[in-house]
Amino acid sequence: MRTRVGTPHASPLASRHEALGATMTDFAGWSMPVRYTSDIAEHRAVRTAAGLFDVSHMGEIWLRGTGAAAALDGALVSRISAIDVGRAKYTMICESDGGVIDDLIVYRTADEEFLVVANAGNASVVSAELVARCAGDDCAIDDASARTSLIALQGPDALAIVESMTGDTGLGELAYYAAKETTVDGSVAALVGRTGYTGEDGFEFFVAADDAGRVWDAALAAGGDGLSPCGLGARDTLRLEAGMPLYGHELGRERTPFAAGLGRVVHLGTEAKPRGDFVGREALAHAAAEAAAWEALPEAAPIDARVLVGLAGESKRAARAGYRVLDGFGAEVGEVTSGAPSPTLGHPVAMAYVHPRFADVGTNVVVDVRGRGERMRVVALPFYQRPPSHGPRA
Amino acid sequence: MADIPDELLYSEEHEWVAGENAAGAEVSVGITEYAAAALGDIVYVEAPPVGEEVTAGEVCGELESTKAVSELYAPVTGVVTAVNDDVIDTPETLNSQAYGDSWIIKIKVKTPNKALLSAEQYSAITD
Repeated sequence: MRTRVGTPHASPLASRHEALGATMTDFAGWSMPVRYTSDIAEHRAVRTAAGLFDVSHMGEIWLRGTGAAAALDGALVSRISAIDVGRAKYTMICESDGGVIDDLIVYRTADEEFLVVANAGNASVVSAELVARCAGDDCAIDDASARTSLIALQGPDALAIVESMTGDTGLGELAYYAAKETTVDGSVAALVGRTGYTGEDGFEFFVAADDAGRVWDAALAAGGDGLSPCGLGARDTLRLEAGMPLYGHELGRERTPFAAGLGRVVHLGTEAKPRGDFVGREALAHAAAEAAAWEALPEAAPIDARVLVGLAGESKRAARAGYRVLDGFGAEVGEVTSGAPSPTLGHPVAMAYVHPRFADVGTNVVVDVRGRGERMRVVALPFYQRPPSHGPRA
Repeated sequence: MADIPDELLYSEEHEWVAGENAAGAEVSVGITEYAAAALGDIVYVEAPPVGEEVTAGEVCGELESTKAVSELYAPVTGVVTAVNDDVIDTPETLNSQAYGDSWIIKIKVKTPNKALLSAEQYSAITD
């Protein structure tokens, strides 16, 4: 085999994507499907029926040992030791200055076993940080990213399909952000979590890379015409409508979780629930106080203060990442981090970092869309929230 | 493989031109199947209004999909004589049928563009 620098990793499902006629794209060093047929059709399939995603590019890092829980408490911004076995938590790993290294989902699969799921582009950095912060006689770190595949089934019909794939009728009882061991197609061992990145109910299967093909095929067989393979194009508009941040857009080392409106994942400790030290604690305590002060008195916030908001557009022209947000006088007050025409809502939506004076819902701003100003209004996030009939929520 | 009809002319910016590339002639202009596929689902088309003078190689409109934005370039120099309201109202038409009735604008040619490509030349740049 010949490899060269810059050649993207291939998913174990690459031949299936090719057979389905997928358009592939390079994403975070991986060649992944961007779409099979149509971004909008795939997006709508997830909102109304079910979609199947190959997200094998995500990183999977295991921590095991008697000291794993305590080590993760010191490494991440949430109290990981408080997660019950069989449950998952959305959290972050931060620098000592409070900047976000990555956003993560941590599954507690046993008393002394945790699975940390990192973004593809950050997986090796997160793995190295976890080794530096957690490794010891009582905590072993195993970066399983290369030998693990992740396959997501998302949408209001996902439950019926995963029950059929697994024969496990107990999956309906699985709470949102919970996980359990199951078997796909009779004999493939999988960890299945009721998690996802689309704003719909759904399930994610962690399986050995060698088994990915069987799980993918079993899903398509069980789902039939009611299950659409979906690419990263649909995944991006789905997560945007759901107000979910994407690392490199809404999150990065120059932002704290508080600026991103995700301060709730940081547990600084209270008198009732004290917490030991963790990386970034001091900076994050400062960021928390700063965010509260900006919210209480936005006029007093420094000129470069920024908080994340949702924007809804009035015209057809969408704001895109990097576009400038202006006040009514044309002065720059922020920047768009993600934006697209919303397939569900029918108008452009965007997330943007703006000065706290422009963060209140209902505030009018202007976005410089390729040299022409488009009026947009600050709206509450998420843009889309699934109806109760679409399955359980957090 | 994207369809590239033999009888049309093409620009390097992925517009197609139907009609005579000659002064005084009226040509229809659209985007190629290759361009539509690369953009993904097109949800918005902005075309220059009837009467506007456009210049070959310069931006005269834009196309927006869920994923990306692309500019529409005038393939010839002349005056816009018609805008296809069907395409403006239902831009997704461009994804299902890029040619024929899916023209975006018509232009009365003032100056022919000798740099337009044949189907064979265009297919070479889309390989």
